[in-house]
Amino acid sequence: MAATAFAIIRLRNLFAVVMLSGIFSLLAASLYVLLSAVDVAFTEAAVGAGISTLLMLATLAITSEYEKKSERSNWLPKVIVFVTGGVLIYGTLDMPLYGAADAPANLHLIPRFILESGTEIGIPNIVTSVLASYRGYDTLGETVVIFTAAIGVLVLLGRGHNRWRPGMRKPVVPEDREEEV
Amino acid sequence: MFIAASAAIIVAMALTLIRAMLGPTIYDRILAVNLFGTKALLLIAVMGFLTDRPEFLDIALVYALINFIATIAVMKFFRFAHLGHPHEEDNLGDL
Repeated sequence: MAATAFAIIRLRNLFAVVMLSGIFSLLAASLYVLLSAVDVAFTEAAVGAGISTLLMLATLAITSEYEKKSERSNWLPKVIVFVTGGVLIYGTLDMPLYGAADAPANLHLIPRFILESGTEIGIPNIVTSVLASYRGYDTLGETVVIFTAAIGVLVLLGRGHNRWRPGMRKPVVPEDREEEV
Repeated sequence: MFIAASAAIIVAMALTLIRAMLGPTIYDRILAVNLFGTKALLLIAVMGFLTDRPEFLDIALVYALINFIATIAVMKFFRFAHLGHPHEEDNLGDL
């Protein structure tokens, strides 16, 4: 995964970057499956490797294929990224081990969800009752965010905007296609 | 045996990754992503048997479907620059 991320940063050919980000999502999804978070893995594979790759390609069809080299020095973003990453890794040091039985979440939240969510909410599936009732506002916020993002993408990439402009990849003209088919 | 199989799959994944990074043409890269998806689902299936959870096979099947559809969509998009809404002059959008 680290090698893929490094290649994504270094490569200038944006098509290769899009393909590599699809590979990155597939790797992340495999990692989620191995951690037995199968639902998250499905979302990652469908959204990360499927839809977002297509949206990136749609963007590539509008813009140019190669990234411009920036002239300004970029030490400030680098410092911010490294400090944030270091703080995040430092934060994980205090976390309980993966699947530890004495983790705080496993001590009082999980038993309550397992024992009482059936009578409290009335939904037999525990995951559904956690998502739709205990974290109802959270789910509502997520839905609003996704809806807003969908509207933004449709506005940006909608029909009528993807005509050929200078700098774009040339579309395949129909004359070339006749003989290939 | 499963350990050897998963090691071989991981080696193959590394090779496809190298091809996706170096690949001179676009088709190399698309094929590398497709192969990488196939290798990922093989790895999931083998890992399922390795950790005594054979129900991972179902997940691997769904991965195969997603991978197939994604590759078709990428190829189609690359060929026609859209996903097949009715086109103005020609009828290529119907494909």
